[in-house]
Amino acid sequence: MNTLQKKPMSRDAMLTLGAAVIGLVLLFVFDSTFDRFTMQIFKLCAINIILALSLNLINGFTGLFSLGHAGFMAVGAYTCALLAMTPDQKATNFVLQPIAPWLLDLHLPFLPALLVSGLIAGFIGWFLGVVALRLRDDYLAIATLGFSEIIRVVLTNTQSITNGSLGLKGIPRYTTMWWAWGSAVVITLFLVLLIKSSYGRAFKSIRDNEIAAESMGVDVFGMKVLSFTISSFLAGIAGGLLAHYLTTIDPKQFIFLKTFDILLIVVLGGVGSITGSIVAAIVVTISMEALRFLDGPLNLGFMVTNGVPGLRMVFFSALLMVVVIFRQQGLMGTSEFSWDSLSRIGLLPKRGPKSGKGGE
Amino acid sequence: MLSIKNLSVHYGGIHALRGISLDVPAGKIVTLVGANGAGKSTTLNSIMGLVKAGGGSVCWNGEEILGSPTKAIVESGIVLVPEGRRIFPNLTVDENLSLGAYARTNKDEVEADRERVFGLFPRLKERHKQKAGTFSGGEQQMLAVGRALMSKPKVLMMDEPSLGLAPLFVGMIFDIIRQINAAGVTVLLVEQNAKAALEVADTGYVMETGTIIFSGNGKDLLVDDRVRKAYLGEA
Repeated sequence: MNTLQKKPMSRDAMLTLGAAVIGLVLLFVFDSTFDRFTMQIFKLCAINIILALSLNLINGFTGLFSLGHAGFMAVGAYTCALLAMTPDQKATNFVLQPIAPWLLDLHLPFLPALLVSGLIAGFIGWFLGVVALRLRDDYLAIATLGFSEIIRVVLTNTQSITNGSLGLKGIPRYTTMWWAWGSAVVITLFLVLLIKSSYGRAFKSIRDNEIAAESMGVDVFGMKVLSFTISSFLAGIAGGLLAHYLTTIDPKQFIFLKTFDILLIVVLGGVGSITGSIVAAIVVTISMEALRFLDGPLNLGFMVTNGVPGLRMVFFSALLMVVVIFRQQGLMGTSEFSWDSLSRIGLLPKRGPKSGKGGE
Repeated sequence: MLSIKNLSVHYGGIHALRGISLDVPAGKIVTLVGANGAGKSTTLNSIMGLVKAGGGSVCWNGEEILGSPTKAIVESGIVLVPEGRRIFPNLTVDENLSLGAYARTNKDEVEADRERVFGLFPRLKERHKQKAGTFSGGEQQMLAVGRALMSKPKVLMMDEPSLGLAPLFVGMIFDIIRQINAAGVTVLLVEQNAKAALEVADTGYVMETGTIIFSGNGKDLLVDDRVRKAYLGEA
């Protein structure tokens, strides 16, 4: 993706603009032609893009192996749902124990609720970051994994705030295609700019060599916390979108396996590539549905199976193993999409002598 | 002028620096030589604020910088080329150089310095969009030096720049050190290759187990019997 360049529009800027227009038209077409089921999957693609990108920011670009994403999603999902539901909707949910009175009347429109859920998830991420980012590698992974489980246990046991293990039902279906894809596009652009800024360079320098980064004057700890906070913020936003997409949430959805689903996307796409995460998020989300036949009865010619629920996940496990053995860098490695790369593989005509450096 | 007084550093119970003092006059090349574990790298790292010092003082143009954050020290004009070519392998040459200028804000000056570094190392210019991890050891060391120069240093500290390099590159690195110094940058050089280091240095300090055992003019130390015996491997 390219930012606009100086003076007459460059080839890249025109191509980017063209792609944006085509993308917008496609969204309109999809919105009017897709049936409801296809639309749901299409929306889920966008939510998974946000999740994969936010996890890639810490794991891929900053090089911190964090496994706490499900927890931040849960915080975002619950915050957004509780803020955007009307007092009536909330009251009907809380049957075991009435909802805390201060929460009952707290009601916000969808956008502010979504932003608040991001902010709260971000704040919790910041807090966890300040504490846990003193750890490295596996220890950090264990600490974040544990923290995400703590969040889930807290959600299960705060009956008067979260309705405990009963979860929340009848959440308004606010996550339209425009909300889902709009958020995904805005967040992608934000991350592209962030990665290209000096902050992004600092993140990548920490990933590549912490000691060298430190001796260049990079505030290593501060930058790690910043990256972690931004990532949690985005996970919170995605969680909020997810809540209003699924319309029911309960703590069990946010067990640590959810983190591994996202990690799968990040690893398949390429740890440290925005393009890779986006492509892998779409492919994995669609495959999850397309491969659903694997769970049902299968006629293998010589025998007929009775249907093994979860067999399609075996496919992804196998795929992950193949990738880890044969293509460790994933689909894209740390490279990004660029118009130049298209002309390099012959899909676009080569351009004339280029002006020194500029858009990548 | 960078003046270090009575600097001491502990790693747990180990006394890595036992109160060393040395002066690095402006515009000179000063070298610290000594065997493994003598405390040479620790000296550089504690000047940069990467290692917490136990006591003493580091005075830079009359100001105490010991205890300042690394970024402030880089901004004040001291930079370290860390040991073992710690470049950023997944980043391009351009990005590596930009990180060298991390503490700077004036973009035009940074771009001018980028051109200056490319002038010094034409190899880097040819491959400015390539990932640094694909470079040979010598090229990586040049990038590490170029990256340090991007911070516009007044004092360039180099930790074992010749370590693990082919002899041809060792010669080139010492030529570059002379060139950088001729352009007015003070150099504090840590080397195990004592002979090469003392040949370029104005002043040499010889370290052993956390103390400076003696110092003197670079050329004089080269012929000093104690140095020859201990570090140059001559009988």
